[in-house]
Amino acid sequence: MTEAIRGAGALVLPHYPRLPGVHPLLDSPDYRSTRLRHPLLPPTDLPQRLTEITGPLLGEGRLDDRDADLTRQHDSEPLGQRIIVHGRVLDDGGRPLPATLIEIWQANAGGRYRHVVDNWPCPLDPNFDGVGRTLTDSHGRYQFITVKPGAYPWRNTDNAWRPAHIHFSLFGRAFTQRLVTQMYFPDDPLFFQDPIFNSVRDVSARKRMIARYDHDATQAEWALGFEFDIVLRGRDRTPFEESDDND
Amino acid sequence: MTERLGCTPSQTVGPFLHIALPWPDGPFVVPEGTAGGFWVRGRLFDGVGEPIPDGLIETWQADPDGRFDHPDDPRGAKKPAIAGFRGFGRAATQADGSFEVFTVKPGALPSPDGSTEAPHIDVSVFGRGMLDRVVTRIYFPDEADANAVDPVLSGIGDARLRSSLVATTCDDGSLRFDIYVQGAHETAFFEL
Repeated sequence: MTEAIRGAGALVLPHYPRLPGVHPLLDSPDYRSTRLRHPLLPPTDLPQRLTEITGPLLGEGRLDDRDADLTRQHDSEPLGQRIIVHGRVLDDGGRPLPATLIEIWQANAGGRYRHVVDNWPCPLDPNFDGVGRTLTDSHGRYQFITVKPGAYPWRNTDNAWRPAHIHFSLFGRAFTQRLVTQMYFPDDPLFFQDPIFNSVRDVSARKRMIARYDHDATQAEWALGFEFDIVLRGRDRTPFEESDDND
Repeated sequence: MTERLGCTPSQTVGPFLHIALPWPDGPFVVPEGTAGGFWVRGRLFDGVGEPIPDGLIETWQADPDGRFDHPDDPRGAKKPAIAGFRGFGRAATQADGSFEVFTVKPGALPSPDGSTEAPHIDVSVFGRGMLDRVVTRIYFPDEADANAVDPVLSGIGDARLRSSLVATTCDDGSLRFDIYVQGAHETAFFEL
């Protein structure tokens, strides 16, 4: 039974059930930077009202083809293994989310970001910015063409390295669905020592951040394919879809 | 009940969010020069009161009529009267933890239980060292009566925490809303 919300004004809102155990705890001591950046007080319950069940529907008319092809944003192509990353954006009821904005960012093939605070001794690639955007199509599908990002060192602990990853930012259609995550690559040997990846305690949930090598999407003599479906928190069935329950 | 798919977990935006997420018009919930527009300014602090220079603030709100141009609003999607009203704002924090968005005051909203929500702005906070966003709300200092009966605000038992969600008015007409992720001044956050 859904938490049917109905009142004097007959305002009936969809509800997005919580996802216990999916998201990492903000207090994850192995990732040291969380120490002073997680609230200590328990959060207050926020009933989902009009502001939460709506959200920005952005991006139409703001993007062009090159936004989704990170290998064509300069005069020449970037170095590295060319890859095609594709998939669907769905809610957890399996419904595709069309026309939703996806933003990605990543390191270059050597593991360096084009960012002022990234200055480890790995060259920048003059032909790679590492930034992409696209909208899902009417079936919730998306595709980026890019190069495989390199692993890179960071100072969390001695000799710590981030596994190769691509940052993904998604809006869905409601404030409740907003998600920022990271896509990882299959069989990365660095997983065991990465506290960000392992901050997701549930093993099956953690695996959902790993793309699948997709030979059908691999293009002969051109690029390797990876499939990465993203599942956002979904709506409970609305009272209208419920079996009859007369008030 | 049909079986549900497992959701994709959240991860931190990390320290390099600036190459992708800030947009030139990100802070403009309404276009510059919009009548009645004002800045909401604040700073983002960590548990020892140091500014967080690698955070991202996002805002989402109703238009001044209390409506959303969104198909899931059961009252119907409604185009805002203000040209260029986006409802959404995004600002990366600066070296001193500061952020700003330019907006207009949202209208009050009906609630399914028959109560009325005081004008408010939903806020998501992302940052390096934050594995998931935290969510809070901005309320308005000139809405004391409406705030007093707001069903969300009155769900917060502690008076200091409740007041942490009410912005303050500055001499230049802007609103100030500092966010303390942790510590003695910790802002009230919500489980969404």
